[in-house]
Amino acid sequence: MTSLTTPTPTTPEAAPRTGDRAERIERIRRAAHRIRHNALDMGEVQGQGYIGQALGVADVLATVYTDQLRFRPEDPHWPDRDRFLLSIGHYAIALYAALAEAGTVPLEELETYGSDESRLPMSAMASYTPGVEISGGSLGHGLPVATGMALGLRHQGNGARVLNLLSDGELDEGSTWEAALACAHHGLDNVTAIVDVNALQADGPTAGVLRTEPVTDKWRAFGWHALRVDGNDVGALVDAFDELRAHRGSPSVLVCDTRIGCGVPLLESREKAHFMRVEEHEWQIARDQLEEGLPR
Amino acid sequence: MTSTTPKKRLTTSAMIASFADPGQRTTSAPFGHALNRLAEQRPEVVGLSADLAKYTDMHVFRDAHPDRFFQMGMAEQSLLGAAAGMAEVGLVPFASTYSVFATRRAYDFLCLDIAEPGLNVNVVGALPGLTTGYGPSHQATEDLAILRGCPGLTVVDPCDSVDIEQAVPALADHPGPTYLRLLRGAVPTVLDEYDYRFELGKAAELRTGRDVVLISTGLMTMRALQAAARLEADHVDVAVLHVPTVKPLDTEAILRAARTDRLVVTLENHTVVGGLAEAVASTLAFAGATTRVVPVALPDEFLAAGALPTLHDRYGLSTDAVVARVRAELGGATAPRWVSEPAPATA
Repeated sequence: MTSLTTPTPTTPEAAPRTGDRAERIERIRRAAHRIRHNALDMGEVQGQGYIGQALGVADVLATVYTDQLRFRPEDPHWPDRDRFLLSIGHYAIALYAALAEAGTVPLEELETYGSDESRLPMSAMASYTPGVEISGGSLGHGLPVATGMALGLRHQGNGARVLNLLSDGELDEGSTWEAALACAHHGLDNVTAIVDVNALQADGPTAGVLRTEPVTDKWRAFGWHALRVDGNDVGALVDAFDELRAHRGSPSVLVCDTRIGCGVPLLESREKAHFMRVEEHEWQIARDQLEEGLPR
Repeated sequence: MTSTTPKKRLTTSAMIASFADPGQRTTSAPFGHALNRLAEQRPEVVGLSADLAKYTDMHVFRDAHPDRFFQMGMAEQSLLGAAAGMAEVGLVPFASTYSVFATRRAYDFLCLDIAEPGLNVNVVGALPGLTTGYGPSHQATEDLAILRGCPGLTVVDPCDSVDIEQAVPALADHPGPTYLRLLRGAVPTVLDEYDYRFELGKAAELRTGRDVVLISTGLMTMRALQAAARLEADHVDVAVLHVPTVKPLDTEAILRAARTDRLVVTLENHTVVGGLAEAVASTLAFAGATTRVVPVALPDEFLAAGALPTLHDRYGLSTDAVVARVRAELGGATAPRWVSEPAPATA
């Protein structure tokens, strides 16, 4: 993608998209690094889990939370906030890591991840955690709920946007496509879907479980403005999000190809698994590898 | 059927728009008009449908408030998910479709997007129980069984147009999720003859009686009242307790009604599994009451297609069938086997 100029904000308050492109990218990269670090700390609490996905999606979440989303960390119910809907509940580890980076969840609370009485359950639920908008986990719910929020906000004259992070595996669910039709039919340009294509689902590679490619063509055929980027290239993410934000007349989708375990070579090169086992001694190695990778 | 009688048979389209008896007083589209009245007072009320506005009386609201009606297409998961999203931003949605689709097809969305967060979404299901002759694809004979297990969901089965008109504002006022078993089209008007007001969560004694108590919900309350009047002529004194809210159940009223030496009969337009009969039976058993409960309900099977009057006779929901069942229970005779003997009683 070529570099695009930042569009004029059309919403009452601008998202924190300040500074020139290089500054923005650097700020996002550092945030993504801290999100990965947070996720590794949380992964160690459980000893296993969805750490591969969290590392893969960290750049996307960093771009959303530090550059795109309009929200008030201290007031998660602010009516004019942009809504970020996580339909893939098992990505909770990544979302909590991002919410800690965003200041919505205290950093020191992350160590309670998945423990009894914690506000940070293994599968994200709105009633447990500030900043979590919906209870995902049963896949295919995020986009239908996003549709209703977007219809409702537009009906109320509220310029807030609705973002929904879904996975390529979630494209198996028919309800996702029901909602895709509805968003396009109603011209909901306040909806942005983000599809994390890590090419892996519970039973194995997406291509072998249920083929979803060509993903971008499918969204376009459904009437969406669709872009596809390397979801671990922050510069590409910034440019794409800026373009989608300026788009009017139809809903937008950003298809992000991400690498499981990205940023930690030990995990990036491991056999891909939906639920990754990490040995006790490996967590520190993973953190060390993450630190080594930052300056690049 | 092998009958060769030249008499014209009833067709499936009989009672397609209304299950009212010939000559019965009716009110047209009470749900749609009640929603319109509510919408004038509450600007946050919106309507949605899944390509069934015209068949759920939602078209009345759509035509009066086109800017507040949202067509979601024939996509019930999206319908209920979107209704949840609208409630999340402060609107009060009424989402209509057929009961079979709201419950069987989109239950995960009703359960997780609407009920779990406790949102004020009002799901309106038409063709509950046996109110269509189209067969199992359209007959929601087990919707109460599915939904009674859903935590926090209020379930209302109205008797007539009076119930519907009064229930609609009550459902919107209730802060949590609700499910309304919709009666559509020309809906019988019955309860205005009684000293009755719909109250969410409350049962109402419509008539007293010393010999029998009919505990009924939905359109079966209309049949219960008709049966009670017929039995009165035989000097059988029959009480009718109307239970429009199936969940939460008014257990106090039910225990009060059942703790007598009267014959206790439940009546519902629903399978005998998991509906009013079992709700009443478990209420009694959990309270240590040993009263026997006689269920008038649909059998645990996929029902036939055909004309509704024929089917209501065959499956025991018609007034004739109810009267015969009560007489049999009182006389100690064997109850007629409505299910396997489809010879219809005369209307």
